[in-house]
Amino acid sequence: MEENTRDNVDIKAWSKKGGAPTPKDFAHIKGWGADIDPENDPTYPMRNREKEDHGGYDWERPPLQPVNMEVLHSLERPNITAVFGTAMPPHGLSGQIRRFAFRYSEASYIHWLSLIMADRVNVVEGVIDDLKRGQVPNIYAEKGYKALWKHDRTGLFKKLAVGALVTTAAVALIARKAKD
Amino acid sequence: MLAVNYRGPYRIRADRDRPMPEILHPEDAIVRVTRTCICGSDLHLYHGLVPDTRVGATFGHEFIGVVEEIGPDVKKLKVGDQVIVPFNIACGKCTFCKQGLFANCHEANPEATAVGGVFGYSHTAGGFNGGQAEYARVPYADVGPMVIPPDLHPDDAVLLTDVVPTGYQAAEMGGIQPGDTVVVFGAGPIGIMAAKCSWLFGAGRVIVIDHVEYRLDFVRKYAQCEAYNFKSLEDPVAFIKKTTDSLGADVCIDAVGVDAAGSAMQTLTGKKLLMQAGAATALHWAINAVKKGGVVSIIGVYGPPANLVPIGSAMNKGVTIRTNQASVKRLLPRMIDHIQKGHLDPKAIITHHIPLEEVPDAYRIFNDKLDNCIKTVLIPPTARV
Repeated sequence: MEENTRDNVDIKAWSKKGGAPTPKDFAHIKGWGADIDPENDPTYPMRNREKEDHGGYDWERPPLQPVNMEVLHSLERPNITAVFGTAMPPHGLSGQIRRFAFRYSEASYIHWLSLIMADRVNVVEGVIDDLKRGQVPNIYAEKGYKALWKHDRTGLFKKLAVGALVTTAAVALIARKAKD
Repeated sequence: MLAVNYRGPYRIRADRDRPMPEILHPEDAIVRVTRTCICGSDLHLYHGLVPDTRVGATFGHEFIGVVEEIGPDVKKLKVGDQVIVPFNIACGKCTFCKQGLFANCHEANPEATAVGGVFGYSHTAGGFNGGQAEYARVPYADVGPMVIPPDLHPDDAVLLTDVVPTGYQAAEMGGIQPGDTVVVFGAGPIGIMAAKCSWLFGAGRVIVIDHVEYRLDFVRKYAQCEAYNFKSLEDPVAFIKKTTDSLGADVCIDAVGVDAAGSAMQTLTGKKLLMQAGAATALHWAINAVKKGGVVSIIGVYGPPANLVPIGSAMNKGVTIRTNQASVKRLLPRMIDHIQKGHLDPKAIITHHIPLEEVPDAYRIFNDKLDNCIKTVLIPPTARV
């Protein structure tokens, strides 16, 4: 185990003088204590509401982004937010699963597990979309194996070996079941 | 335009046929990205751990750039301004923004009420395309973005979008008082910055725990703190107790989140079997290593649905748990002041500048901690002309 020291200096020398440290004790650290604030306890984030904040969802909303695509929204809120992202609206089988997920609240496991399932289905849809556009996914490049080849060749071989082992085991299992 | 295109867990590429962003709301701006980072929390997306991460999404919530176009209601920015874009998307009008809770804006993410709007961070964070692209749409352009001061280095500026305020807020949420012992779990960019910022609040002792030796070496020098490899400790919690006169640390900071190493049980249930939302090992250690009545500050990212954490220990020890995503806009002026005074030197943590075209390799290098990587900045081709 390493020594309980910082640069071989007694790390709490200041405490032996009694009381709290002073900037002199930490002169080697630029800015030490610059933000000491006795009022910083309790600190951010803390409840800090004005009277008008007890009114509920009644603030003057920003202008609303036009909704000209399907936007799923949490059932824990009454509406779509004033702005929203337009990346990848739900589509295909994964979209169906996402629509199902949004029938449940954020407190529900089924909401999140369905979304994760949709994500995995979406990966297969992504490969099909690539192939439809005449692009065969370059898995080697997409996984950054070039960097692995350059910086950690052993790691790359390990990954490839594990992948080959898992694939072989899966194929063998399927072949055995088919035979039975 | 060229932009990142997510294809599935551990599969990512940069495609040149991605659609250009457009003004979709009167308070939008379009920003030409000049620098964008890969964040540790991007790795949760990369690993497929964040629900509703759709194939085709563009990641990236840490970016700076030049304003190319503004919507009709944008008054504070003008075309040509070089801006820091905080990772939170915030309206500035809702009850949460008014309280300085810019990470918790209620008008930026329809998909989840528990999560604010974040650039390039799945539909669970609003479905916005991110900044790992040549151009990005920036909603509420008058609220979050800030014009970069002329004396600020771009590498410092890009780290103000997330890393610096996030590390600072981790320390701030600890409510550190002069002389406190602070333990930071995680020596990634956020942990490094949290350790550095703990001194600003008057910490008397700062200890960092991780298992990546080169990062421990770096943080020892950069943050002038102690740093220990948990693989060489029989039990990191017992070690913290032993080195704090058996009482525990005053403040423990979890700067790791869902992708933690160090516990076979957490890794199996969280990362292999997906029975919980990732491995909460760092939080487990933080709650157990903190002093009775102490504070646990959680800045590492956790997501739905839930994690196994020792809430009973927290309850019985009277631990205060304080947590949030960083409220970047709130902290920007103070962070710039610290940089200008020389208290913080963010750009020193950048180890790699990589062209955006090479994003799959950049993710792999960052993810696998190759080539002594600490922080990676991606440079789009439009920023190089």
